[in-house]
Amino acid sequence: MALSKPMGKFLTETGELSRFAGRFFAQWYKPRYELGEFLRQCFIIGYRSLPLVGLTAFIMGLVLTMQLRPSMVEYGVESQLPAIVGIAIVREIGPVITALIFAGKIGSSIGAELGSMKVTEQIDAMEVSGTNPFKYLVVSRVLASVFMLPVLIMLSDAISLYGAWIGVNIHSTTSFALFWTQVFNILSFSDVLPAFVKSFFFGFAVGIIGCFKGYNSSKGTEGVGQSANSAVVVSSIMIFVIDLLAVQVTELLGLN
Amino acid sequence: MLKQQHIEQIEGSKPVNEQEPVLQVSHLYKAFGDNKVLNDFNLSVNRGERIVVLGKSGSGKSVLIKCIIGLLRPDSGGIRMLDKDIAGLSHQELDAIRAKVGFLFQSNALYDSMTVRENLEFPLRRHWIQLTHAAVRKMLEEALEDVGLAHTIDMMPAELSGGMRKRIALARTLILKPEIILYDEPTTGLDPITAREIIELMNNIHAKYNTTSLIISHDMNCVRLAASRIVVLINGTCYANGTWDTLTKTEDPMVKQFFE
Ligand SMILES: Nc1ncnc2c1ncn2[C@@H]1O[C@H](COP(=O)(O)OP(=O)(O)O)[C@@H](O)[C@H]1O
Ligand SMILES: [Mg+2]
Repeated sequence: MALSKPMGKFLTETGELSRFAGRFFAQWYKPRYELGEFLRQCFIIGYRSLPLVGLTAFIMGLVLTMQLRPSMVEYGVESQLPAIVGIAIVREIGPVITALIFAGKIGSSIGAELGSMKVTEQIDAMEVSGTNPFKYLVVSRVLASVFMLPVLIMLSDAISLYGAWIGVNIHSTTSFALFWTQVFNILSFSDVLPAFVKSFFFGFAVGIIGCFKGYNSSKGTEGVGQSANSAVVVSSIMIFVIDLLAVQVTELLGLN
Repeated sequence: MLKQQHIEQIEGSKPVNEQEPVLQVSHLYKAFGDNKVLNDFNLSVNRGERIVVLGKSGSGKSVLIKCIIGLLRPDSGGIRMLDKDIAGLSHQELDAIRAKVGFLFQSNALYDSMTVRENLEFPLRRHWIQLTHAAVRKMLEEALEDVGLAHTIDMMPAELSGGMRKRIALARTLILKPEIILYDEPTTGLDPITAREIIELMNNIHAKYNTTSLIISHDMNCVRLAASRIVVLINGTCYANGTWDTLTKTEDPMVKQFFE
């Protein structure tokens, strides 16, 4: 009984989010295409998260290698370090950590931007100026997230692996070429493909949830802050949920 | 498209009739859940009039003009503007009407990621209007000169004061030379002197372009100086209707409270 009220709220919110996503799917492919706004968003979303993504990816690769080394040495498989780190980064850590950073940076800024546009009537102003604000604002941002996050994840993987190579070289010397050969020998198509596919879903989740929260922001500056905040919280949770579903699907398809 | 131009030519050649209604609101109902905001509201506005709809805050004034411009859908009732029924229009037809009707938002609604220039160009670009660069520049300059802020063209909205932002928002509304301008509380949140300047500006624009104005307000200075006719909105209906002089003399306590 005590749970019923938050549960009800959760269910209504889920329903509204699904309707919002449904609206996206009904509209994204129809003209008028907001190409200019889409490209502008790709630039903003992709380019502006690059430094943050690069820095975290580098540290992650380095730290992960240093943390794994003692156990690997203990079992006498130190030579497998590049392989194990490569698998961990490409399959799981790269996509998930990058998506979480992306949710924190982009999800919140989309939520806050659209939220403040909503409460200061800018969305209404667009509508009376011959513009479908859903297409102009939401479709462009969601598509930009869907396309830019996979690109960021690939860059992040590469930078992480570079960090890992430096991590390996702290205690022994391995040439860069040898390191890469070892990583790519172990990586197969079935490691890369699921990670690549799920990154599109991560991008979609961050984009659509940020837009949903902003677009439905309540009046006042407090509402804008709340939109930004819950955009990050909800999309971070969604990233883990999608990750969980993705691993199940991969298993079912026998791609392990 | 051709057909529409043809109709416009015929309309344009009609003699300007002072009694020609450009906006008619009849039996308008709008509720949000149990909150009955508009309850059988009726209003007719003739070309060239300056109507002020007077009502307390929360009485549904913004809901009324948002229904008129099609941002909110009324529960029932008819809205006829520039000889078109708003409810039955397709997206394209609605956009065509909106290009002839300006809307000044209470919070200005300037796009804060764009410069003043981009703000003013936005309605021009978005309404599919084909114009040369020179023509756009001229329209921009004229609109900015009308509001006396030609020097702000490359500034961001955040760099402007409250009164300046209101003026820029008005310039953005003016750029398409609307036949009707809907003002949502144009003086709320401004200091009395700036408010007075905005009212003067509204009156100048009315005189210069012979626009029809529908002004939503609870600022009595604005009502006194800007209205040719006043409509009092109480409990979702058009409770009283008349000029400043007749309404100030009325004995009805509901109306009197505004004029004290
Ligand atoms: N989108 C909406 N959803 C629910 N209620 C609304 C909405 N817009 C306005 N209202 C309600 O309608 C009433 C009138 O609001 P409004 O027209 O903004 O008043 P005002 O006369 O101050 O402009 C208020 O009680 C407000 O809570
Ligand atoms: Mg209002």
